[in-house]
Amino acid sequence: MSDSPAPTTAPPASPAAPLRRPRLFSRGAAALAIFGLMALVPLVAHLSDDPFLTVAFTRILVFAIAALSLDLILGYGALVSFGHAAYVGFGAYAVAILSRHGITDIFVHLAAGIGVAVIFAVLTGAIALRTRGVYFIMITLAFGQMAYFFFTSLSAYGGDDGISLRGRSTVLGTDLLAHNSVLFYVTLGALVGLYLLAAAVVNSRFGRVLAGTREDALRMQAIGFRPFRYQLAAFVIAGAMASISGVLLANQAEFVSPAYMSWHRSGELIVMVILGGIGTLLGGVVGAVVVLLLEEWLSVFTTHWRMGLGLVLILVVLFSPKGIAGLFERLLGRGK
Amino acid sequence: MFNLFLLQLLNGVQLGILLFLVAAGLTLIFGIMDFINIAHGVLYMVGAYLMATFAAATGNFWLGLLVAMPAVVVFGLALEVFLFRRLYDRSHLDQVLATFGLMLIVTEGVRMIWGSSPIFVPVPELLSGSIRLLGIINYPVYRLAIIAAGLAVAVGLYVMINHSRIGMLLRAGASNRPVVSALGVNITWLFAFVFAFGAMLAGFAGALVAPVLSVDPGMGGSVLILAFVVVVIGGIGSVKGAFVAALLVGVVDTLGRTFGPILLQMAMDPSAASQTGRTLAPMLIYILMALVLAIRPSGLFGRRAA
Amino acid sequence: MRKARQGIAALAATTILAASPALADEVKVGLVFTLSGPAAALGEQGRNGFLLAVEQLGGLGGLEADVSVIDDEQQPDVAAGRARELVEREGAQFVVGPIFSNILQAIFRPVIEGGAVLVSPNAGTSNYAGAECHENFFVTSYQNDQSHEVMGAYAEREGFGSIFLLAPNYQAGRDSLAGVKRQFSGTVVSETYTPLGQLDFSGELAQIAAMQPDAVFAFMPGGMGVNLVRQWTQAGLGDTPFLSAFTVDESTLPGQQDAALGMLAGANWAPDFDLDHSRAFVAAYEERFGAIPGTYAMQAYDAAMLIDSAIRAVGGDLSDIDALRTAMRAADFDSLRGNFRFNSNHYPIQDFYLTGVVQREDGKFHTSILERIFEDYGDFYADACPMEW
Repeated sequence: MSDSPAPTTAPPASPAAPLRRPRLFSRGAAALAIFGLMALVPLVAHLSDDPFLTVAFTRILVFAIAALSLDLILGYGALVSFGHAAYVGFGAYAVAILSRHGITDIFVHLAAGIGVAVIFAVLTGAIALRTRGVYFIMITLAFGQMAYFFFTSLSAYGGDDGISLRGRSTVLGTDLLAHNSVLFYVTLGALVGLYLLAAAVVNSRFGRVLAGTREDALRMQAIGFRPFRYQLAAFVIAGAMASISGVLLANQAEFVSPAYMSWHRSGELIVMVILGGIGTLLGGVVGAVVVLLLEEWLSVFTTHWRMGLGLVLILVVLFSPKGIAGLFERLLGRGK
Repeated sequence: MFNLFLLQLLNGVQLGILLFLVAAGLTLIFGIMDFINIAHGVLYMVGAYLMATFAAATGNFWLGLLVAMPAVVVFGLALEVFLFRRLYDRSHLDQVLATFGLMLIVTEGVRMIWGSSPIFVPVPELLSGSIRLLGIINYPVYRLAIIAAGLAVAVGLYVMINHSRIGMLLRAGASNRPVVSALGVNITWLFAFVFAFGAMLAGFAGALVAPVLSVDPGMGGSVLILAFVVVVIGGIGSVKGAFVAALLVGVVDTLGRTFGPILLQMAMDPSAASQTGRTLAPMLIYILMALVLAIRPSGLFGRRAA
Repeated sequence: MRKARQGIAALAATTILAASPALADEVKVGLVFTLSGPAAALGEQGRNGFLLAVEQLGGLGGLEADVSVIDDEQQPDVAAGRARELVEREGAQFVVGPIFSNILQAIFRPVIEGGAVLVSPNAGTSNYAGAECHENFFVTSYQNDQSHEVMGAYAEREGFGSIFLLAPNYQAGRDSLAGVKRQFSGTVVSETYTPLGQLDFSGELAQIAAMQPDAVFAFMPGGMGVNLVRQWTQAGLGDTPFLSAFTVDESTLPGQQDAALGMLAGANWAPDFDLDHSRAFVAAYEERFGAIPGTYAMQAYDAAMLIDSAIRAVGGDLSDIDALRTAMRAADFDSLRGNFRFNSNHYPIQDFYLTGVVQREDGKFHTSILERIFEDYGDFYADACPMEW
């Protein structure tokens, strides 16, 4: 098969334009099913007298948000950011640092996290978007690492040891989020809301132009679009969404550390998105769920669980080129 | 101060040479096969572990090296035949996912075979101790040997790429693959060769550093990112670029760590300088990479946007 | 998932377990150690040390021990989640771990607020030794600064005029050098911080060669220590005294071997400690796991002995947490390092030693007690701890 050295730089197939409507409908159904199932988790936890399920799944939903935001630029703009975990960190540190100074309201946390994420995304995105492909991957890594090392040097906020929160964020003066199931539904709500937002973005004229720049930036330029602006806007939106997941992660773990921003984490997010199926939005969500559940499940059997995870990744690539989402679409007979 | 500068320069060059050996294979595989190999770092690690094993088994550094090198090539070829071959015509992202998976598997495999603790490789008798250079500084002989070996490989690569038939094919392959296949060259064979060659270089680097650095299951991961930084700064597919970038990264990192704080102290008060220095030092190579890419988006010697 | 985890833990512990749920004559213990990734060697020592004790005791305090072993992956949020799972879902009554300070920060609240007793067999951060100390948190290792203070005191006593300090650029590294400086009044010619995970120390070694200090102190745990020590020897700095903490120990010596011979370190124990039960422990550990145990294993073994003694003292009745705590505070067990009692902040008061690397007759390397530096040594933060007992 390696006898056919055809250029392979084209990004993996995306839904072709004419197919969009019916496909989207089926995706909507899939999304409804997934989110609906998720909504039952606290109920199952209650019935099985296992409240921990709710806590564990909150973390999974948090990563699903981060992966969803990455898929927005990775899947639809072919912008493989290897520094995406930095934005999760901004949100988490907004909670930690503001709480340290007595400001515990989640809306302030969100505003601060999003604000920092937007500024950082605009500044670094403007430089990074001058590059393409692997160069883009590596320059985003560079900026992510700079953010990481900045936070490890903040001794006042724990340096690399991280910082333990005294409690969760408050909502308009109430400690509503202290209840695990409330935090769970807030996180689920954020996931659904951001999923709808992302879906609206990719289906808007903006989203189509963005997808167009991925396919052929030159042609888009020729017909009068400046890809740079669209890509930068998408980059900023994705960063802001990731910072929201960071605020929720800080609340879930009640602990914040620079480890949240390391390149390993950025790599994990990329793995989640590709595994789930890029350019499907739901793929990122599914990827996060699968990777984290797999990790939990495999680590039960052996400390060498990474070997099992590696095996799964290779098998998925070899036998289901479009990730898990592709697998499902094929199983349901909708894929080509 | 001058002595220190000279020493650090040598150290920077030595680190650069090491990075070059790992990055050379990476950039060739990348440029010619358009293949992103996240698992390249494990070849470096496996090279070091095989070296340690064979050196211990034979009781001789040189015999160990002699056996370890073919063993790494066989290992690399096995990976190429059984996995990578199936990935060449896939998207970059699929390659990233699969080779990342492979990295996890091999790293865990190494842990299962050799354990988590670092293992030991002695410096060969012939190259132990240090030597006086220019009459002013002492420098470990073994490190000079690393520099010499790396430079020899670099020269060999230069001759091979610019003055041999296979080199011509490689150059052609890097810029225009369809032409190569049109020439009737067996691409399968060429790719396997390139891959085995890259594996050997990385394995050689691993074997070389085994007596100097800790041989442990984490060593592949830490070198991988640095190697990618080198490849990207140099420009994908350019061996010359990888050489220049590797030396640049090695020297900037080593000199920056020593002289950065000293320079900062001239500009600000000592405690602020040391705080700033501590914050900036680990960022140095990333700042370097961001700067290079901001000015030259395809790296120093990159020919095209990949 | 839960059942499976316990099943595996049971296998790992090689103790014969009753099936869950918790029985009256059973104690549930969760171990949180770093068991994957580059630093796994340290976590494995801790786990092995604890499991060896449980195996020898045939349980803990006369109860059957249901031990779950958890891998924290050296990631704080993973650790926090799994520690909470241990306590809230599996009902662990004791949590033993972790190795790393940042993991301790992450698991502290989930474990303590879940109502379990947390015993740290290694990490001993200053915040929990001082104002944030807690009645259900015990440390069987040391306060993080202490091993470094030992070397500072040694350098002071030897009358070194100048010293070169070297540590990785992270919180523990900065705390380490602060610890040395607390005891050393001579000139610090340089306080050098290297990036975490640095491979090549040639730059720092060149600086040392240029500055020619009377001694060097290094804190370079794990693989970094292996790199530093081997490069040190090759750089021909052999004559300069090399003082260290967590840089030459039983976890790194297999990779350093004769390069580390004669290097000095501060520690609270070494494998040749002159006590019969300590020697028996080392022999049993070597027999069972094929390696010489270091302080990580020793402190985890002591953690098991501490829990065992407390459960015995309350007659196996774990329902009365106050009685249990009183029994823990008594520390009525034969520590492998002899002299051991708890300070008011539940950190140990113990002796600290100067150790040096030696080679055994069978060719293996280990650290060896050279002399006692501190006797009955407590930490500097205990005064800030409001706890009284």
